[in-house]
Amino acid sequence: MATLHTVNKSPFANQSLLSCLAHAKDGDTVLMIEDAVYGAASGTGLADAMAARSGVNLAALGPDLAARGIATERLLAGIKAVDYAGFVELAASHDRAQAWL
Amino acid sequence: MEDDVKKFLYVNRKAPYGTIYALEALEVVLIGAAFDQDVSLAFLDDGVFQLTKSQDTKEIGVKNFSPTFRALGDYEVTKLYVEKESLDERGLTADDLQEIMWEDEDDDWAEKPSIRIVSRAEMADVFADQDVILSF
Amino acid sequence: MKFGILISEGPYTHQASDTAYHFVKSALEAGHEVPRVFFYHDGVNVGTRLSVPPQDERNIQQQWSALAKDHGVDLVICIAAAQRRGMLDANEAERQGKDADNIAEGFRISGLGQLIEMGIETDRLMTFGD
Repeated sequence: MATLHTVNKSPFANQSLLSCLAHAKDGDTVLMIEDAVYGAASGTGLADAMAARSGVNLAALGPDLAARGIATERLLAGIKAVDYAGFVELAASHDRAQAWL
Repeated sequence: MEDDVKKFLYVNRKAPYGTIYALEALEVVLIGAAFDQDVSLAFLDDGVFQLTKSQDTKEIGVKNFSPTFRALGDYEVTKLYVEKESLDERGLTADDLQEIMWEDEDDDWAEKPSIRIVSRAEMADVFADQDVILSF
Repeated sequence: MKFGILISEGPYTHQASDTAYHFVKSALEAGHEVPRVFFYHDGVNVGTRLSVPPQDERNIQQQWSALAKDHGVDLVICIAAAQRRGMLDANEAERQGKDADNIAEGFRISGLGQLIEMGIETDRLMTFGD
């Protein structure tokens, strides 16, 4: 009974991504979309907080990464890039979706 | 009957007045109450500010909708989960929140508190127990 | 699978309605159903037929209207949110004594009950906002 969490705000602007990570359960997926994909890059001050939630699957929306000039090679280890079709698959394969607006 | 009932959770993470989200979320809750679903509300992060006492909006010229939370019991909306860590971080305690009661018709109309202070871990359990999560 | 979609932000200022559009399009292409999209908060502004974006930009309203036409997606604008923001259909304009209406083709105005109904009748509710 896993949840797909979506976060759309840069973690450098507000607490949504951190709050989401603090509430996500093992087996859940956190998908970063829109400005939240800035949190998916390696070498940021948030990398440790992201790595600490090892039981949670992390993903980022590829079209939003590309739009913001973030190459997939720059992603934190373990973060999977998905396209819109992959987003739909994640939504369908989890039991519920929770948007961290 | 049970088959038709879904667990609906309204998630409130935003403070009132600076934006309209809190007010329009409450409008959904009031309408949604007519659909006889299993409804809960969650207040975490800045959403806990929605429930504080002594809100007075006269001088900003915006409607004070905080008293409406006290009427939720009349709509059979009786589960308001408030996250303790979110209160702590903001220097608030349960005493800073409005008293929101509901009358339990199965218990001789006893008045019971609607607000349930829960830990972050318990809030995560509330989230994981839902069918439909509406975030505002 | 049936997806219900809630859009809570207006067009152009926020990316929410664009992301929702790509999601819905991909869901339909994958063979899923999207019976309804509900527009709330500033999201109601997506449904104005009076927006005129520059020629070299996407026309968000027209993208949605096309999905309604081609796939039968029910585009519902919340009446309470719409009235606050000056979004009126012909009936409502007459009822409120206003001299114009502005709802685009494929969109309709209705109550918040349609949002709850969507939550009850679909398998997965997706929210796009800010």
